[in-house]
Amino acid sequence: MLADVFMTGAPPIDPLDPAEVEIARPYLAGASAARLRRTVVLATAAVSLLPLLIISFLYYDQYERSLHAEAAQSMSRQVTNNKRSLEFFLMERRSALSFMVRDRSFAELCDVKTLSLLMRHMNDAFALGSFADLGLIDSGGKQLCYTGPYDLKGRDYHDQDWFYRVSRRGVFISDTFLGYRQSPHFAIAIKHERESGDYYILRATVNAEVLAEQILTAGLSPDDDVFLVNKDGVLQSPSRRYGGVLQTVPILIPPATNEVHVLEQADERHRSVAIACVQIADSPFTLVYIRPQIRSQGAGLSLPRLLLFLLVSVIFILVVIFWGSRQFVANLRAHNLKRAELMHKVEYANKLATIGRLAASVAHEINNPLAIINEKAGLLEDIVKLQSDFPRREKVLGIVDSIKGSVVRSRTVTHRLLGFAKRMDVGSEIISLEELLKEVVSFLGKEVEYRNVTVTIDAEPGVPNIESARGELQQVFLNLLNNAEAAVKDGGHIDIRVRTAGERRVAVSISDDGIGIPKENLERIFEPFFTTKAGSGTGLGLSITYGIVQKLGGELAVQSEVGNGACFTVLLPLRRG
Amino acid sequence: MATLRVLFVDDEEELVSTVVERLELRGIAATGVVSGEEALTRIEQQPFDVVVLDVRMPGLGGLEVIKRIKQLHPDLAVLLLSGHGAKEDAMTGLRLGAFDYLQKPVDLEDLIAILHRAAAGGERG
Repeated sequence: MLADVFMTGAPPIDPLDPAEVEIARPYLAGASAARLRRTVVLATAAVSLLPLLIISFLYYDQYERSLHAEAAQSMSRQVTNNKRSLEFFLMERRSALSFMVRDRSFAELCDVKTLSLLMRHMNDAFALGSFADLGLIDSGGKQLCYTGPYDLKGRDYHDQDWFYRVSRRGVFISDTFLGYRQSPHFAIAIKHERESGDYYILRATVNAEVLAEQILTAGLSPDDDVFLVNKDGVLQSPSRRYGGVLQTVPILIPPATNEVHVLEQADERHRSVAIACVQIADSPFTLVYIRPQIRSQGAGLSLPRLLLFLLVSVIFILVVIFWGSRQFVANLRAHNLKRAELMHKVEYANKLATIGRLAASVAHEINNPLAIINEKAGLLEDIVKLQSDFPRREKVLGIVDSIKGSVVRSRTVTHRLLGFAKRMDVGSEIISLEELLKEVVSFLGKEVEYRNVTVTIDAEPGVPNIESARGELQQVFLNLLNNAEAAVKDGGHIDIRVRTAGERRVAVSISDDGIGIPKENLERIFEPFFTTKAGSGTGLGLSITYGIVQKLGGELAVQSEVGNGACFTVLLPLRRG
Repeated sequence: MATLRVLFVDDEEELVSTVVERLELRGIAATGVVSGEEALTRIEQQPFDVVVLDVRMPGLGGLEVIKRIKQLHPDLAVLLLSGHGAKEDAMTGLRLGAFDYLQKPVDLEDLIAILHRAAAGGERG
């Protein structure tokens, strides 16, 4: 090896082994590529999906709020209108009764004819909701006068709740009830103070159906339900959902006030409904408006449609991201690989050029003293030969021969060094593979001898010379031989065979009895950056060797089994294509 | 056959004296000098059949010397000798008119054979 020639004592470095050439290891091999791709995917997904999800959520939330607000407003409007209508209706009847007690004296009202006349006039004035009967009750609860379809004169009401209430409060509107007539109706009663300090009560009953008729149903959808209930949840007007008057509503009606309240709750079938309710003033009635499924009321983006849109968008974005990142990483990797190979080649070429210059210089320095030794030995030989009686003539001539032999050996080494340096960049030439292999083997150096590794070259007789690039072939065989040398144990064998392979090719096989290559690695050993020499190899040696063999128009194959060594075969064309 | 007159030029004095002595033992009129400048002076002082020039020498190198020799004595045969073996030097030397380019160390018998061919102006070896 060159280190042996230099004798500098520096650690032996084999500059011809690509594994020794330091290069920047590309960070995109194997796991790094996967990591980079994962980072790219996650970062891109985050910056593209996060805003989409946030905007979708905000949009949906806003949409829901406005939908609720709109629904609540429309329900509130409906309920308010109905409340006004009902309150007006009830006030109108109350006013009618007030008018009667103010217009007529107690005595007149006690006259059944007058009472009948008044009722007829009133009913003529009210197109709807006419009084069914009219009665005058004294402060003792006794009905003094009655006009209507039944004979109720003289009936005593003093123990009834409504009588008690109207006596205390002056006016009273009852819940709907069946009463004597067995038909739903409700009563309106007012109290009138007499000058004597006594009082009497004018009471009218109204058919409950007219309540339902007062409820405005314009603008309601078929699923909407508007009805009246009392505080016990008993229907005071018919309901689309819960049946006729006096049925009990199966859901809890929220406590009502004079202000409209809209809230969402589950109905008896656990479906979400919006309920608006309000108290009808001075009456036991609560107006209730039930509207199912607020969300489906409006046109626009419903939750399922929004989710579908999101899903499609997310899938599309992810597909683009995955595809894009794959392309990106693959391109980057290819680029890095190309750059690394280029860097490696440049560095390798630089090293070879340096070695060439160094070798030439060393050879020159050695050749001069070698020439002197040679000439001195020659002169000694001349002198001895000229004197036939030179003492111990044969012995001296033997010594001279030995010196000249050593000079020849040394000259072979220096000439080879110079030849190697010179041939580094020579193009195609005619090459004897056997000679070239001998030359390359000589470069394996002392290591082979120290480790007692036997290297044999067996060339089939008649193998033709080939036309190829000497320097590159040297590199190929050096790499393969260095690998073989590293694989064998001390005392191992490396056998090189040269033989013809068909008419146009020559095969050089380099087999060793080393540790062999596991099957799973066999397919990958020619890949760039694949190495089993963790930490010490670049994983480029065999890949470069493979590349050179291909460039020379040849093929490189490997056979190996763990424990049974490996055999690399280089097939080379006789002529470069 | 007339005596062959050879001028041997090399900066290694030991080499020059030994080669000159060996050539003289073989009946060749050899003269040795150890620099390019000295060689040019000698050529002007006495005639030579062949000049053997070391390529790398301190002062005037072999290539410079051959250039000057060929300007003054185009017919004088010159052999280049080098321990370096650089291809470029060989090509330059041959272009400048060197008869041949030899690499050290050279076997004396081979050298003598080439010297005779060079002096006769024959084919290059």
